[in-house]
Amino acid sequence: MDGEELTEQETALYDRQIRVWGVDAQRRLSKAHILVSGMKGTVVEFCKNIVLAGVGSLTLVDDRLVTEEALSANFLIPADESVYDGKSIAELCCDSLKDFNPMVRVSVERGDLTSFGGDFYNKFDVVVVSCCSLAAKKLINEKCRKLSKRVAFYTVDCRDSCGEIFVDLQNYAYSKKKLDETVECRLQYPSFEEAIAVPWRALPRKVSKLYFAMRVIERFEQVEGRNPGETSIADLPGVLKLRKELCEAHSLNESQIPDALLERLVTATREFPPVCAVIGGILGQEVIKAISCKGEPLKNFFFFDAMDGKGIIEDITKPVHLKPSSFGERGVISL
Amino acid sequence: MASQQQLCVIEGAKVLMVGAGGIGCELLKTLALSGFTNIHIIDMDTIEVSNLNRQFLFRKSHVGQSKAKVARDAVLRFRPQISITPYHANVKDSDFNVDFFKQFNVVLNGLDNLDARRHVNRLCLAADVPLVESGTTGFLGQVTVHVKGKTECYECQPKPTPKTYPVCTITSTPSKFVHCIVWAKDLLFAKMFGDKNQDNDLNVRSGDASSSSEHAEDVFERRKDEDIEQYGRRIYDHVFGYNIEVALSNEETWKNRNRPKPIYYRDILPEEQSQQNGNVDKICATDDPSSVSAMISLGLKNAQDVWSLIENSRIFLEALKLFFAKREKEIGNLSFDKDDQLAVEFVTAAANIRAASFGIPLHSLFEAKGIAGNIVHAVATTNAIIAGLIVIEAIKVLQSDTKNYRMTYCLEHPSRKMLLMPVEPFEPNKSCYVCSETPLTLEVNTQRSKLRDFVDKIVKAKLGMNFPLVMHGAALLYEVGDDLEEDMVANYAANLEKVLSELPSPVTGGTMLTVEDLQQEFSCTINIKHREEFDEEKEPDGMLLSGWTQASPVVKNEKAPIGNGGSTSNALPAVQLDAEDDDELEVLPVGTDTVPAGKKRKLAGSSNATTSGTSSVADETRNHKTQEVLDDDDDDVVMLGDGNSDSSKKRKLL
Ligand SMILES: [Zn+2]
Repeated sequence: MDGEELTEQETALYDRQIRVWGVDAQRRLSKAHILVSGMKGTVVEFCKNIVLAGVGSLTLVDDRLVTEEALSANFLIPADESVYDGKSIAELCCDSLKDFNPMVRVSVERGDLTSFGGDFYNKFDVVVVSCCSLAAKKLINEKCRKLSKRVAFYTVDCRDSCGEIFVDLQNYAYSKKKLDETVECRLQYPSFEEAIAVPWRALPRKVSKLYFAMRVIERFEQVEGRNPGETSIADLPGVLKLRKELCEAHSLNESQIPDALLERLVTATREFPPVCAVIGGILGQEVIKAISCKGEPLKNFFFFDAMDGKGIIEDITKPVHLKPSSFGERGVISL
Repeated sequence: MASQQQLCVIEGAKVLMVGAGGIGCELLKTLALSGFTNIHIIDMDTIEVSNLNRQFLFRKSHVGQSKAKVARDAVLRFRPQISITPYHANVKDSDFNVDFFKQFNVVLNGLDNLDARRHVNRLCLAADVPLVESGTTGFLGQVTVHVKGKTECYECQPKPTPKTYPVCTITSTPSKFVHCIVWAKDLLFAKMFGDKNQDNDLNVRSGDASSSSEHAEDVFERRKDEDIEQYGRRIYDHVFGYNIEVALSNEETWKNRNRPKPIYYRDILPEEQSQQNGNVDKICATDDPSSVSAMISLGLKNAQDVWSLIENSRIFLEALKLFFAKREKEIGNLSFDKDDQLAVEFVTAAANIRAASFGIPLHSLFEAKGIAGNIVHAVATTNAIIAGLIVIEAIKVLQSDTKNYRMTYCLEHPSRKMLLMPVEPFEPNKSCYVCSETPLTLEVNTQRSKLRDFVDKIVKAKLGMNFPLVMHGAALLYEVGDDLEEDMVANYAANLEKVLSELPSPVTGGTMLTVEDLQQEFSCTINIKHREEFDEEKEPDGMLLSGWTQASPVVKNEKAPIGNGGSTSNALPAVQLDAEDDDELEVLPVGTDTVPAGKKRKLAGSSNATTSGTSSVADETRNHKTQEVLDDDDDDVVMLGDGNSDSSKKRKLL
């Protein structure tokens, strides 16, 4: 790094975490700029984690006004309605987050993420989107990819007691400890669009059922023109029909996407706070890793279901036809 | 979102949280959001600056206030309608007795030390209230469920013993930096600034003990009218020069080791022989003893830098001088405290000079402070994840959904694609002295050891009792309590000083003692076995407790270890991270080399588990246990057994 020292104040505040990830990582964190959109429970958890960690700045996007639903898993919005005063959810969250760590600049951007251009995204190192449509995810991901600098892109969503994280770090180099040595590694990520285009039959046999279920729901919302999360039990027949079509197209056995799972995902409109905490925590850790370039980041999906308690990483990548010898485990190339 | 049935048990539940620190803040928030309406929370700690990076309910303006109370107020801001009852108190206080525990449907631990964890475990067993236990360190964490009769209790498996070191490693043959830290902190610092009457091994292990002990007799005493500079140089030469020469004279020691190099003041700082260094009076304008710092007076700013031998020597002499110049009143009563800047500087410098002498790499003050203070590595994200998992288990416990209880490990590196790995809980250990009635065995020289040794070293230290009562048949040998008659108190005090075999009701080989803790409502039986001799090095207590716990290891350095944590369970191995901090939980899974003897893990059905050691739970580098890969289509099965297949337990890893 450029040798800038942490202030005494920073050293005292961040003492315990510097012992985990080191001074260098802390310096990089303090220069990182993060954009998040969709201030629901999971993103709120993530924001808390990243503000405590001491990033340089955090920009929030969510123009919605407070509703009872918005309050359900959001601990950043006080119960006292007198402070709402026409403020958007992002603005209310911003007020609380500033309080968590005075060393982090927290601000709000109004407007529709999909309408922002490259200049806007160019200001950030990390972009996290939640509660947005399939089309919006693809579009924002592409905007980040077109920039000359590398912007880490994440999507995160929780439904019922399930959660999903998608990660695109593009072409990413990092160091990791192997035995007593530090080795440099490189990972190549597909975009969201590329990842979900991988034919299902090309995927390993035991890919998490949640991966397929989330794709079915996502497609359903797109086809029906719904907002993200805007489904109910009445949609189940339509969802099951779509599952049949998709499974046939992909030559996948329908039993890989159980009815019960789809029913849970379609029915539950509110988040389950413990799952928000788990997913927001994992996402926080991943973003910290990506910024500090220390430790192996997850590639490229993460799933958690409170029903079975497993937190699983799935690598959804088009099989690469290269000499296997140049690759380590999971497509890692040692430099 | 939670189902209707879940919401019902959540709203009706009365929950006790123990600990409002790193996990506690996250847990209280997640409980409140999840719909819990009646939460009691106990924490004796007050808020410190180094908590603020993760204990997000606290602000700088709260430093010094009760964690439990501030956490309550913060959560009520977003959930004002729920009831949170805070206690700024120690969970071991007698108010928190079995009746107190009985009012709760579940107890959730976010604790930072082994002692309190054991205490809560016993109260939960006595009150028959389920316990969800947790711990984190760095990116690692775990959550376990303890329900009496259904799953193992927190103490069913021996906890890894705190890390301790053989005395001679510390006094004569250090090979790691931590040995130098222990020497600097527990021997040198204690000798210079602590209680002079304490035993101290600083000058032992020379080939010719008699000559050195005479020399050592008064060497640390500052002579009348001795100039402080002169005194500092004399101490420097004695501990880094003379003592090393003495050690070198014992040729036997160095046959297979690198010989250390004596370090003398004149060789390191020759040009400063006569001149004064530093300037105490000019720099310390304030009289606040806590702001005195050798780094400041020598103009060293960065605690992350590794100082040279010369810089360490200057810091050592300056710190020593400052103690005498600015904090003389405290000398004789000091014990090392990681928040005492000058003490940390002294210990860092002394450890580094010793390290230089033994060819061990030097370390920065920041690193030395972490080692000396056993500072827990802590980040917000792990605590948040663990808190989420605690709530998930708590809801299952409230629904008595026994077959779905899980212990979950949060890993830093994925194991078989998993970062969060659930495992079925163990059944209670039938030989557990806490939750079953299996007796323990104590080997002791009944003609030499006193009742006091037994009470202090076994009943309190090993069995973790606070208000013990010792009985031989119907005869009471010892008890503690506020309401005892005076003559009884005198009687017990007299008993403490008696040798076991000379007690009013003599304790000899074959005696069966009953030991009880009235507050914990916990008792156990100890069979006494007389033994003449004990190895001073390996069995410094002069006693050996067995039956459940492992034989106590050697060593000195009682302070460093205080092992806190201990893992909450050991379905997967646990590595003791001897942490001892303000707030956090440590504990962690990982590292197969601590699997209880003979246990073997079988991992199944996963394509990436191999026998070559790639997959252990978290720490790939030290997996030297056998792993057998089974091929199983759908379920991942982990088998834990004693090595012989008929006694192996099979469990499913979901
Ligand atoms: Zn037990």
